[in-house]
Amino acid sequence: MTHHDLTTPITEAQARALRVDDTVTLQRTLYGIRDATQIAMFDRGRTTRFDLAGHAVIHTAPNVKKVAPSPQHPTGYAPVCIGTTTSARMERFTRPLMQHYGVRLVIGKGGLGAASLAAFGELGGAYLAIIGGTAALETTWIEAIEDVDLDDLNPESLWRFRIRDFGPLRVAMDSHGGSLYDAVDVKARDKRAAVLATLGVKSR
Amino acid sequence: MRIDPKTIENVSKELYIRALKILPPDVKRGFDTLAAKETSSTAQNVLGTMIKNISIAEATDNLLCQDTGIPIYNVTIGRGVQFGDGDGTALKAAIRKGCERATREHPLRSSIVHPLTRKNEHTSCGIGVPVIHIDHADAAEGVRVEMIPKGSGSENNSWLKMALPAEGVDAIKTFVVDCVLDAGGKTCPPTIIGVGIGGTADLCVHLAKIAATRALGTQCADPEGAKLETELSEAVNMLGVGPQGLGGDSTAFAVHVELAATHITMNPVAVNMQCHSARRASATITDAGVTYGF
Repeated sequence: MTHHDLTTPITEAQARALRVDDTVTLQRTLYGIRDATQIAMFDRGRTTRFDLAGHAVIHTAPNVKKVAPSPQHPTGYAPVCIGTTTSARMERFTRPLMQHYGVRLVIGKGGLGAASLAAFGELGGAYLAIIGGTAALETTWIEAIEDVDLDDLNPESLWRFRIRDFGPLRVAMDSHGGSLYDAVDVKARDKRAAVLATLGVKSR
Repeated sequence: MRIDPKTIENVSKELYIRALKILPPDVKRGFDTLAAKETSSTAQNVLGTMIKNISIAEATDNLLCQDTGIPIYNVTIGRGVQFGDGDGTALKAAIRKGCERATREHPLRSSIVHPLTRKNEHTSCGIGVPVIHIDHADAAEGVRVEMIPKGSGSENNSWLKMALPAEGVDAIKTFVVDCVLDAGGKTCPPTIIGVGIGGTADLCVHLAKIAATRALGTQCADPEGAKLETELSEAVNMLGVGPQGLGGDSTAFAVHVELAATHITMNPVAVNMQCHSARRASATITDAGVTYGF
């Protein structure tokens, strides 16, 4: 178990150095992305002016407040509460995010599936688990909303956050075929028959 | 008594914001109980972060979770209550307005869209939303309003099985265990696992929701249902899914069961889960004023 302090954007080598159960703290820039954002980008031909190469994206749609634009709030949005949503719904977007935009890290909760794990292996990336439902804490790691694109999709816009000491996050899927979720799932399913037996049920 | 719809509106606004910020004491105790028994160091760490988040939300007056959920209002009306000069329609309109005001005035992320156009009105309202359930209680004085912002991570994992009578209670137990396995970390465990048993298909799912949003430490009123709660609560925590699906003993705070009579040909079972941010707030409105609680 190694701790990595990474300043984004990162290189392929940095992404491939991450192993399941390592921990990561991110610095500088983080992009927020969600279902509608990726449906627009990958199903409806929308593009973003942001350069996501080597960057980390987090599955989120934040609570924001409209304010007068200022150096602190250049977009006219102040963060209220920024958290993380369930990643599994966005499984099919991992590969295109990496292939077309060069994204290296996906941050979310609940994990991704086999297609994403394959993409991490082939293209060099990793999934970093954040603790879902701990948005009040997560918000304290975000310094500002620096920029926003595709804002007609608000709150599912493409957000650029300035972050500081974002983490620790846990590497839950890596570029070497490791997935903490798969490991836990296999073990849990192995226990199914025994657990049903305690309930007096003979499992089929 | 006569209740001014404006009072209902203000209470509905206040309840949405309170529910999003302050976790009920029974859920906080639930965390302590799980943490005291957890044997995995990863899971201890995850639970520790969740507990820390609860105090940060209170200290910074912020929302516990970014998901403002689907707003649900459960209203229980006591004897002889009237709303303004009107009836139940005034009540529903007032709740809706309160929900909309909370969203605009706090402000909160409106998580509600039209199901086909996906258009967001940025009011947390839409066709049939907020969900409003109205019930009457003979003994109660005044009105009780309970607000539940139901998170989507857990709601997206909801199941109904129309099992057969010949499959018996075994089908119900097996179904619950399999739902927990399928949910993995997607429901933001530790969860409250709500199990609805019996009724019609729609009632069965509704019972599962009532079970999932009931306070921890409460029991099913039916003794057979209560027995099943105890058995299933122990069983699901032997699976090792753990908080966030990262492994550990703390998969669920509890399994709650609600049941209704059913047809001789039917054996329906539904599962609805509540995430660890098991948020709810309530208010009681009487002649003496408004009292907030959970």
